[in-house]
Amino acid sequence: MSLLSVENLVVRHGLLQAVRGVSFTIERGETLALVGANGAGKTTLLRAIAGAHHPAAGRVLLSGADLSNVPSHRRVGMGIALVPEGRKLFVQMTVEENLLLGKTAGRPGDWSVDKVLEMFPNLKPRRHAKTGHLSGGEQQATAIGRALMSNPDVLLLDEVSLGLSPLIVDRVYAALQGLIASGTTIILVEQDLNRALAVSDRVICMLEGRVALEGPSKAVSREDVTKAYFGLHRKSPGSVPA
Amino acid sequence: MSNQIIQGILLGGYYALIACGLSFMFSVMRIINLAHGSLAVFAAFALWWLAARFHISPFVGLLIVLPLMAAIGWVLQRFLLERSARGGALLPILTTFGLAIVIDNLLFEQFGADTRSLAPYIGSLSYDSWEWPGSIYVGKLAVIMFASAVILLGGLQLFLTHTRLGRSIRATSEDPDTAGLVGVDARRANAIAASIAMVTVGLAGAFLGMRSTFDPYAGAPQLLFAFEAAVIGGAGSLWGTLIGGIVLALAQTLGAQVHPQGFLIGGHVAFLIVLFIRLSTSGLGLRGLQRLPTRKPT
Repeated sequence: MSLLSVENLVVRHGLLQAVRGVSFTIERGETLALVGANGAGKTTLLRAIAGAHHPAAGRVLLSGADLSNVPSHRRVGMGIALVPEGRKLFVQMTVEENLLLGKTAGRPGDWSVDKVLEMFPNLKPRRHAKTGHLSGGEQQATAIGRALMSNPDVLLLDEVSLGLSPLIVDRVYAALQGLIASGTTIILVEQDLNRALAVSDRVICMLEGRVALEGPSKAVSREDVTKAYFGLHRKSPGSVPA
Repeated sequence: MSNQIIQGILLGGYYALIACGLSFMFSVMRIINLAHGSLAVFAAFALWWLAARFHISPFVGLLIVLPLMAAIGWVLQRFLLERSARGGALLPILTTFGLAIVIDNLLFEQFGADTRSLAPYIGSLSYDSWEWPGSIYVGKLAVIMFASAVILLGGLQLFLTHTRLGRSIRATSEDPDTAGLVGVDARRANAIAASIAMVTVGLAGAFLGMRSTFDPYAGAPQLLFAFEAAVIGGAGSLWGTLIGGIVLALAQTLGAQVHPQGFLIGGHVAFLIVLFIRLSTSGLGLRGLQRLPTRKPT
């Protein structure tokens, strides 16, 4: 059985249909990269999996269990953790307090504040600093650490490299490689296509709320993804944008 | 003069006690609870009823009334405030305003217009005093109230910073959506916060009844003092609330020194001065008030 499956998921923001019938599955230990232009529905998809948006149709299954009526805080207890876009830290609270909040759901596992600080050594001296005063890289490390503290089965990473300098992005991805190697299941949204293809086993390219391309990261070429990204694979006449 | 200052500081403890719940609810749930004073008077009536009817000392009665207040807080949050908060920032204020009217009139219908007090049920405590060096006499009840305020505010501060539940409540107040994504049940955190706020309101009601008299419509003046103390101290800061209570009480005591009727005016003047200073230093000015950012309903 797949660890996580999404079936015909439709999510609306008012009148806007952000996700239009998306289906995919992910196996335990797999790393899935979601790529697509701004507004393609990647963030909405991740937030719907985490329970922050209620789908208008379709469902999300975790190890075969339907999550439709499970609120976000209970999904964390079931093993889904999201690192939200823009980090969304509690800026009035310290790094340690933010990390400890990740433990609220009480899932057993071996992540602890000390282990997160070991993984992100740059956080060590900032342990008792308010997260509002941290640099972007430190904030991102705290956000990832906070999600890890819930000992998730599935980690959802939404644009973890956004707004970070290339050097810091390398550091964040080095830490992610460790997680991937340890067998954590990861779905990540990444704008940098080369990076997305390099770390993932499989890639899904979204376009206007739909899956435009899905395939193993080793097998798909940059050109295929680029075409799907811009919708160039659709050869129907009359759909040429002005 | 030192006598007035000491009495003023002790009275400030009482104001901090009644402001504590108001400030806590505002900082954690972003709700200005206009039923605050009425709920305190309700708790006082409950204690009075237990004492008059069943001869239960108000201190023992607290063991019954405080859990009752906690339950009321939970129910209020789940069935009233949570729903009205979905309608925007203004609706909870109107809701609690209406709630205050309902509570006041229910109390009036039940207990009539008579003025009551818990003082007859606490023995000599209501008038006893200690003599401090410099032949300053301080009321035992006033000292107990001040100590209670310090313990309550300090305890709440420790609870918010050092316990898992406290962190959950703070996270929920900062960003309920993200709190849910890290595993915090935001609804539960808010309901618990409302319960805690109501327990402090129950305690405030007990001391209100012990130190003075109350009637069904006594809630509004209590709300006013609580509001002034909370604003002077900086709404949302627990230790600030204690400072705010003390500043308010000192201003009242000094006002009474200047003129026999200056007690209330002194307090109001201090409140207004602090309010104007806050507005001008925050760069908002009076006009800025109209442009205050409103929180998005969640």
